[in-house]
Amino acid sequence: MSIWSYANPVKFLTLSARVQPVLWVLSLACVATGLIWGFFGTPQDYRQGATVKIIYLHVPAALMAINAWFMMLVASLIWLIRRHHVSALAAKAAAPVGVVMTVIALLTGAIWGQPMWGTWWAWDPRLTSFLILFLFYLGYIALWEAIEDPDTAADLTSVLCLVGSVFAVLSRYAVQFWNQGLHQGTSVPVATGGRSVDDVFFYPLVICMIGFGLLFVALVFYRTGTEIRLRRAAALRARAGRAA
Amino acid sequence: MMPELGKYAVEVLSAYAVSLLLLAVLVLWTLRRGRAARATLDAAEKEAGRHG
Repeated sequence: MSIWSYANPVKFLTLSARVQPVLWVLSLACVATGLIWGFFGTPQDYRQGATVKIIYLHVPAALMAINAWFMMLVASLIWLIRRHHVSALAAKAAAPVGVVMTVIALLTGAIWGQPMWGTWWAWDPRLTSFLILFLFYLGYIALWEAIEDPDTAADLTSVLCLVGSVFAVLSRYAVQFWNQGLHQGTSVPVATGGRSVDDVFFYPLVICMIGFGLLFVALVFYRTGTEIRLRRAAALRARAGRAA
Repeated sequence: MMPELGKYAVEVLSAYAVSLLLLAVLVLWTLRRGRAARATLDAAEKEAGRHG
């Protein structure tokens, strides 16, 4: 069966109903295990003290804030190229999840930065590009709400998503691009395999990252189903209005 | 048993509190909106059924 068959809303909802229980259980189990292990079962860092425990929230949230935008980018491209409504609704459904992840990353970063850097905020390349990504999320959500015609809204938000992808890329690679600022490089570089985090912190961190990823997928499946139902209800009401 | 957080207890606990609160609000809002959407669709389908 082709992946494009899930562009059919009924097939998508059937698949969604089947995978969601597993996703919810796995995501909550991973998030709970990772956070409990990280908070209660790991030592203090010799330089950062207990603030190292913030890594189990900050890194997974930042990872998902950026990856949520990339998921929206892929869904937006599918909408622009193939005009599958489910993909446009999936992008719309992912945005509020992404914005919450961005807020968590920004807040935990500020809380962590204050004792370590001596400041809540700095106009560092990575922090600044992350703040701009947050503003793009708000703009994206506002644009969906501001336009009445759903296809026009999907078109315009898709274009906005393409533009915002620049800042999603910058959020991830700003440290390498400019090599300046307070923020350190990535702690777990997937591409190179090397890492600056000791095993004792790394394993619960990976579980948290998997948990946040699965939670994102579960939320997007659920929220896309919600958007499909609301679109169907609006279509039925419009049809009934024309018939009356 | 609470781990030893030393002089950074406020920072660590506030980071966990605000993050878990935001995640809980997101999940509960999502579930609530989903239930409301199901009810809206049910009502629209009944209405469409009455209109034939």
